[in-house]
Amino acid sequence: MSDSVVPDYPMQREAKCPFAPAATVRTMTREDPVGKVRIWDGSEPWFITRHADQRALLNDPRLSIEETRPGFPHMTRGRAEAAKHTPALITNTDAPEHTRLRRTVNGPFMVKRVEAMRPRIQEVFDGLIDDMLAGPKPADLVQSIGLAVPTIVITELLGVPYADHKFFQVNSSKTISHESTPEEAAAAGGALAAYLGELLQQKMAEPAGDVLSEMGARVRAGEMTASEAVHMGVAILIAGHETSASMISLGTLALLRNPDQLALLRESDDPKLVANAVEELLRYLTIVHTGIRRIASEDIELRGRTIRAGDGIIFDLSGADWDAEEFPEPEKLDLTRTARQHHAFGYGVHQCLGQSLARVELQIAYGTLYRRIPTLALAVPFEDVEFAMEGVAYGLKSLPVTW
Amino acid sequence: MSMRIELDEPKCVAAGQCVMVAPDVFDQRDEDGVAIVLDAEPGPEQEDEVREAAAVCPAAAIKLVER
Repeated sequence: MSDSVVPDYPMQREAKCPFAPAATVRTMTREDPVGKVRIWDGSEPWFITRHADQRALLNDPRLSIEETRPGFPHMTRGRAEAAKHTPALITNTDAPEHTRLRRTVNGPFMVKRVEAMRPRIQEVFDGLIDDMLAGPKPADLVQSIGLAVPTIVITELLGVPYADHKFFQVNSSKTISHESTPEEAAAAGGALAAYLGELLQQKMAEPAGDVLSEMGARVRAGEMTASEAVHMGVAILIAGHETSASMISLGTLALLRNPDQLALLRESDDPKLVANAVEELLRYLTIVHTGIRRIASEDIELRGRTIRAGDGIIFDLSGADWDAEEFPEPEKLDLTRTARQHHAFGYGVHQCLGQSLARVELQIAYGTLYRRIPTLALAVPFEDVEFAMEGVAYGLKSLPVTW
Repeated sequence: MSMRIELDEPKCVAAGQCVMVAPDVFDQRDEDGVAIVLDAEPGPEQEDEVREAAAVCPAAAIKLVER
């Protein structure tokens, strides 16, 4: 147990090793695995950083994700406000309600359905590389590839016109940024919901082969409400955007810093190697760095300490993915290591809905980019690359590259 | 030694990890993505994949009975 001051959370990563979890997270993983942190509202939830502990607790029915319970450790003031008005979603319900809701939205994210999208995603990706190669040098990889891939994929999946993608990018980043005021976040979320609400009505009148149409059919059948469908649509839009974009750009930067690992991808077309590389980059980067949050509904004993019913709990996913007991030499990017058990998508029944889609996007990105552009290089010194640390997931503001 | 797979269906959240790891042994049902066991008694050549599938299942819904 530590007698020192309870550290504030989220914590800053160190500028000199921006890929590593914040130094305090790493120290607590080693020395104080059932610790406490202080969050924006002054409360001090538990802070769980070990891989094994997260695995045990995130499947424990004594933990709840119901955000309206008093003492829930919200991410931001904006999220705390929004929680009061949010209908039941997969992100704020426990079993059995969660099971029912999740089963209404799983369909489009099933492995076979995202695999069926692979040729189209590959085509989109190849086109973006062609455009970048035909354009001026240096290019910004964040804009030309990183953001463009998930934007196109998620708009196609939801059945949203691509022409409106700027509207989505701006509003989705405003809803989740720690720099937005609660009012700004709420306004952006409201704008997205209004847009998708209208589109849902259109899709109910004229269904197409997309997720909104599928949810529209469920609304008609009385399996979900229109409000649930719209909130779910907003959640899919936001969750699928910046996360995949960040992984493509950050992953490229990490690989450029580890040329021996980059060479493995450049020189292989083995889908197994590429798939494993995706898992290791997910582990190494663990971009969701503001912790996933729960509240205890009963007393829980863990490593000699007692988490009381009503206590908030934060799980720092990067802590678990850099836990040396699970991943020896975690600071080493090793594309050949066994990494699939990482917590980059979370763990437990709330594990990422879009993970199979993300995997396919990243397999195509990492499996294509360095083979198509073997001379890809940073166009600025590494120290000048600007990181974007203020969101739920971290990423890059831009990544100037040349070839 | 052989292995039998027991799927706790109500627990399944359709994350699809089992299908990605062991596509010959697991599939997902079309209507809601819930896992289906294609081969409840997989052969020795598939046992490593099946163990990995059980280990990465986020809902701990895959039980392996080794006998």
